[in-house]
Amino acid sequence: MTAMPVGAPTGRAWTMVERNLLIYRHTWPVLLAEIFEPMLYLVAFGVGVGLLVGDVPGLDASISYPRFVAPALLATAAMNGAMNETTFNMYGKLTTDKTYESILTTPMSVRSVALGEVLWALVRGSVVATVFLVVVSVFGLAELPGALLVVPGALLIGFAFAALGLLTVTFLRSWQDFQLIQLVMLPMFLFATTFFPLDVYPRPVQVLVEVLPLYHSVELIRAAFLGTGGANPVVAVAYLAVLGTVALAVAVRRLENTLRP
Amino acid sequence: MSDVSAVLIEARGLKKVYGRPGDKTGFTAVDGIDFQVRRGEAFGVLGANGAGKSSTMRMIACVSPVTEGSLRILGWDTGRDGARIRARLGVVPQDDTIDSELTVRENLLIYGRYFGLSWKVLRERSARLLEFARLTEKAGDAVATLSGGMRRRLTIARALINEPEIVLLDEPTTGLDPQARHLLWERLFQLKQDGVTLLLTTHYMDEAEQLCDRLVVMDAGKIVAEGTPAELIARHTLREVLELRFAPGERQVMIEKCRGLAERIEELPDRLLLSTDNGEETLSAVHRQGVQPLTALVRRSSLEDVFLTLTGRSLLD
Repeated sequence: MTAMPVGAPTGRAWTMVERNLLIYRHTWPVLLAEIFEPMLYLVAFGVGVGLLVGDVPGLDASISYPRFVAPALLATAAMNGAMNETTFNMYGKLTTDKTYESILTTPMSVRSVALGEVLWALVRGSVVATVFLVVVSVFGLAELPGALLVVPGALLIGFAFAALGLLTVTFLRSWQDFQLIQLVMLPMFLFATTFFPLDVYPRPVQVLVEVLPLYHSVELIRAAFLGTGGANPVVAVAYLAVLGTVALAVAVRRLENTLRP
Repeated sequence: MSDVSAVLIEARGLKKVYGRPGDKTGFTAVDGIDFQVRRGEAFGVLGANGAGKSSTMRMIACVSPVTEGSLRILGWDTGRDGARIRARLGVVPQDDTIDSELTVRENLLIYGRYFGLSWKVLRERSARLLEFARLTEKAGDAVATLSGGMRRRLTIARALINEPEIVLLDEPTTGLDPQARHLLWERLFQLKQDGVTLLLTTHYMDEAEQLCDRLVVMDAGKIVAEGTPAELIARHTLREVLELRFAPGERQVMIEKCRGLAERIEELPDRLLLSTDNGEETLSAVHRQGVQPLTALVRRSSLEDVFLTLTGRSLLD
């Protein structure tokens, strides 16, 4: 018997990334749009609103509003990129395109397909995070080399939200359900200390915000961006790692039932 | 493995029930079937829609777990060694599942990557398979520009990228025009000549007669007949069939008059089929009864008649 490399199902996950790289050879401008979106927000809110509000109350006076907003926008971009990949793009492949159906007639396992899609979300996320970081550094909004920690931070956010998206997609019944995802994502984007610090809220609201995964993502990136340490990034890393791991494990089990009926 | 009559696929009491495990209300798609497929054979599974063909194929492809019974492929158990078996199978699914985001050639390349084949090997193989599928000129095109026949040929080429020992084809020519079908049959025949074992489902009887060495007929999840096409025709039909068409108004009266004129009468929505050993004699008998059909045709019995006898509404006289 010839030795087939079937013993390492996760090793094959990389081929899902290769598939996506082949596709992005034709459609790479999509990635540019993803990089430009947080930049536009930064100009509109960071600079525009920043001119009105000056420095952010409650924070160190040396922190300008653009420097406050930029890391939150990066965290959001990492979140959206990963979520879009494993919800919107993956739903199409699961339903209309039946992409996975043909992939799963090969030795690929459901697990390697799922891990592969998460891996691809991470590859994309790291490109977006790196370009964004370079641009804002040029404008003096981030302090290198400490701010380089933003890239692994963005990867962790990408992992957590890609896994969360993967879990979400197993519950979707139709394209209309994407409205429900938006109903959660948009308020989270607005309230997870993206545009104003936590202490502007009364305590009960603060607790709600502190539960949100985007809040921890913003905490993590902001700490790396501004070079402030503290306990918050440690909590954020633990929160995102646990969230991602649990979501991924449950999602793979649910996908197994959907894809191998 | 060198034994030419080696059994490659063996199903015993194979059963597929959809629904939660232990749930009694599940739908039974395959209801305890037994069959064997030997090396180099072209084996057909015939049946109407919903007979259980596709469920059987999905279990053989190791993409759908077996509910009950045993299914061994290449000596391995489908439940334990699914990935190992899939590595040696080529699968042509019923719906085209070509990767619409990739070009024709990229489809072959990336599919080979799922098998863990190197890019070097794949560049050589994809060129050869594009030639086999007569798609060399289309190599760089988006798959959306392909016709139905081309898409199906690409799906078959894709299924061959791992040089499989067994190729599974689920209704390979459904929805194709006659020219595309004949080209596809010719390519499948070529594969068979090359020693590849073919397992195909179809509801086209001419396809089964053209391609299959041996076949089973499925109905409601069970195998109702098994044999070579010629054996099945000999066993389940008479030599000839007389086909009669009537004007809509007098149809029922004429059908009543025909009763007793042939050993078996099949009533189809558009015509009446009389199974007989001698079509011309039966036609004379029909005329003597005063029956005036719009058209009358005597032809050789085909697998379609076997199929109708075994699975359709049959009026046995």
